[in-house]
Amino acid sequence: MAQYEAVIGLEVHVELKTNTKIFCSSSTEFGADPNHHVCPVCLGLPGVLPVVNKKVVEYAIKAGLALNCQIASFSKFDRKNYYYPDLPKNYQISQYDLPIAEHGHLEINVDGADKRIGITRVHMEEDAGKLVHQGTISTTPFSLVDYNRTGVPLIEIVSEPDMASADEAVAYLEKLKAIIQYTGVSDCKMQEGSLRCDANISVRPVGQIELGTKAELKNMNSFKALHKAITYEIERQTELVEDGAKVIQETRTWDEAGGVTLSLRSKEEAHDYRYFPDPDLPPLVIDRKWVDDIAAGLPELPDERRKRFVNAHGLPEYDAAVLTATRELADYYEECVRLFANPKLVSNWVMGDLAKMMNASGREIGDIRISPGKLAKMLQLLDKGTISGKIAKTVFEEMFNTGKDPDKVVEEKGLVQISDTGLIDKVVEEVIAANPKSAEDYRAGKEKAIGFLVGQVMKSTKGKANPGVVNKLLKEKLDQ
Amino acid sequence: MPLYYSTAHQLHDMLVSKEISAEEITRAVFNRIEQVEDRIRAYITLTKDQAISSARSVDKARAAGEELPPLAGIPVAVKDNMCTQGVRTTCASKILYNYIPPYNAAVLERLNEARAVIIGKTNLDEFAMGSSCENSAFFATCNPWDTDRVPGGSSGGSAAAVAVGEAVLALGSDTGGSIRQPASFCGVVGMKPTYGAVSRYGLVAYASSLDQIGPFARDVTDCAWLLNVICGHDPKDSTSAPYDTPDYTSFLKEDIKSMKIGVPREYMGEGIDPAVKEVIRKAINVYSGLGAVVEETTLPHTEYALPAYYLIAPAEASSNLARYDGVRYGYRAENAGDLADMFMQTRSEGFGAEVKRRIMLGTYALSAGYYDAYYNQALKVRTLIKADFDRAFEKFDLLLGPTSPVTAFKRGEKMDDPLQMYMVDICTLAVNLAGIPAISIPAGMADKLPVGLQLMGRPFGEGDILRAAYAFEQNTDHHCKLPE
Repeated sequence: MAQYEAVIGLEVHVELKTNTKIFCSSSTEFGADPNHHVCPVCLGLPGVLPVVNKKVVEYAIKAGLALNCQIASFSKFDRKNYYYPDLPKNYQISQYDLPIAEHGHLEINVDGADKRIGITRVHMEEDAGKLVHQGTISTTPFSLVDYNRTGVPLIEIVSEPDMASADEAVAYLEKLKAIIQYTGVSDCKMQEGSLRCDANISVRPVGQIELGTKAELKNMNSFKALHKAITYEIERQTELVEDGAKVIQETRTWDEAGGVTLSLRSKEEAHDYRYFPDPDLPPLVIDRKWVDDIAAGLPELPDERRKRFVNAHGLPEYDAAVLTATRELADYYEECVRLFANPKLVSNWVMGDLAKMMNASGREIGDIRISPGKLAKMLQLLDKGTISGKIAKTVFEEMFNTGKDPDKVVEEKGLVQISDTGLIDKVVEEVIAANPKSAEDYRAGKEKAIGFLVGQVMKSTKGKANPGVVNKLLKEKLDQ
Repeated sequence: MPLYYSTAHQLHDMLVSKEISAEEITRAVFNRIEQVEDRIRAYITLTKDQAISSARSVDKARAAGEELPPLAGIPVAVKDNMCTQGVRTTCASKILYNYIPPYNAAVLERLNEARAVIIGKTNLDEFAMGSSCENSAFFATCNPWDTDRVPGGSSGGSAAAVAVGEAVLALGSDTGGSIRQPASFCGVVGMKPTYGAVSRYGLVAYASSLDQIGPFARDVTDCAWLLNVICGHDPKDSTSAPYDTPDYTSFLKEDIKSMKIGVPREYMGEGIDPAVKEVIRKAINVYSGLGAVVEETTLPHTEYALPAYYLIAPAEASSNLARYDGVRYGYRAENAGDLADMFMQTRSEGFGAEVKRRIMLGTYALSAGYYDAYYNQALKVRTLIKADFDRAFEKFDLLLGPTSPVTAFKRGEKMDDPLQMYMVDICTLAVNLAGIPAISIPAGMADKLPVGLQLMGRPFGEGDILRAAYAFEQNTDHHCKLPE
């Protein structure tokens, strides 16, 4: 039986982080009361005209450059005509044949293999509003419209169909998100809809050049959902083809609860958008100098930063990749290293305890209470031997929960490590006396037995004894 | 001369010399409206209370010794497709019969700043689509020279109002001749400025790349005065030209010696009424007599202007008018089954036949598979037409011809034949496609009806046009004739 392979392309909508909308000065703030951020222009009232927000063009260029695209010197806005009650003009101002950026790419790494994914284009467009249904969409007696979102600036990033698995698609979206976040043009919050992803998926027998019939998947609002939906869809289509049935070209939606994709509408009833150049907006003639200035102002992007962490910090590739996944995390790590120059130790703490606690508490790097300064201070205490590695974990947990300074935690809880041989000596003698069997075992050549005795000493000192000193003293005593 | 037939510059002088008050002027115009509006039907909405109150505020300012700007206290009518805050703006359509905009069009802001007195909103062909002012959803306006005839369109209400003394000045909009043609039919001055010279912000769009607001006046001086107020860059309109507007009155000089005027043979050929042609020939003689050099020339792509216009304008209109769906404002069909049904019923009931015709034409022209054959082809023709003008203006300062191939026709005469109606605009369409300025001034009479002379100029060549128009006016008396 033939082997099948999937061909996947993604269309990603990214909301740009401007203060005002794309064609007027209404606010783009998230979460306002319905219809509070509107004006005649974004409501598309009769007679109004759009004026493009320069910041939007700048951000689109910035994103394009970060994705290795060529920036058009001549670009224009087009109208995409379709009826929708939350689209006030019943056309969307978008870009059609002359997008702001084209022919880019980004690199992904899946299972140790590098792969380049092509970016077909990046274009600017306005967002539509939001319908609020009373109950479900099919049973609602009426729906309310909130136009706060209309005219919020978006860029749509269209990839080449270069991905072959759900893993690759997720890796692409993660990398794309990281790059966009690094540039600062969007916060890419999937839960607030500022990053939205559609996927085009088809399957074909391995070796076949022409593409199979594709389905467009909509409504995946997390990486997990994207992965599950694509996996499901590949299986669905493969089964169809293996059974000799045909894949229908259609738009499908991911049903999170059911764990399946469902048909939304078939492409036969697809709209004719009747694109044409928007006569209200003159073409954009992009000045080379402007593009160069924007390029010069681009921050270090994830791949460069990852390489630098490997080369200059001596971090393993894996660590560097994890730490550069978001700009905030990389900034956090780097600030810690600046204050405490042991990159691998910092990396271990950030990727280990910090990541674990963030996951458990659901916090993002932006809202944790341990500043890089505090983490560095704690690592210094550890380095100086003031606290043991074990105690450090306790201190760290307290710092994470309360935001307290490590010095204060150590002081309040009396966690200073005991390195005083006199004090430890006493406990060691007590432990040997109380555990003659273990002492015998050690002396009889069972090296392992000493571990139990160390543990007993630590237990009795509530973990404060310096484990190195304990080990040394125990051996001295037992070897006597 | 009754007050309501005076020009703005005459009234201004009388105001400054305190012969009359702004309130008296306004009342005189409203009295005139009471007298003739039943016959003419130029207005959809009158704003008498507001008008009297703004006239009074002008009088107060004058009494306080303030210097009055030129249009202070002058009654101005506004075509009902320009947004007036708090005053309904219908576009003469059922679909907007109750629409009250929450903001003012840029030109209204400018008129207010100039302290002009807005007296009402004038009738038009629905959404400015038409050439006779009969396509209004409310009523047809009549030509003051012969009430059995049309005033022209689409700004027929504004043209008739100025012609009959129901307003001293008026604003119209010109997409394919909608200011010049009714100016010609009604015997007044009407000008379409260069595309981008006047802000379109707040002008309810018909065809965005062609629409332009412009003045109606009784003489060229008044036209220049009104241009001074409405022209100028507006950051709210991306197509507004960042152009340093001159004082248009500075061009009002009689001397046009050695000015080069071309007469495109396409504007004087077949299809032009011989009586109209005769009036234009006499006008040419006037110019020659004043020392201008008048020569025949050619605009070879003129015959393609009409088809190009009737693809581009409806294409844009089909998109511009999509927002009228009954969801947010205006008319909404009752008892629709579902959303799609509500859209369809609202639009079926809300739009008139001509609007629907153009929406369908435009939708077709833009649809996949036909775009290249129609819309794109029309854009190419548009480029050729523009190139014709560019070439002509290398040699000539102005081009001259009739504004309309015929004088005002009878009401109902062309209503059943859209193509025949479209032909009325053959002399004006190309100007909009090229984006250049043009004026229509009274040039004489044919069969007791006014004939308009059209002068076309280079982009931002309004000055040349005004100068030539003024010279003609000073040496003839056609603009002084009034309807009985």
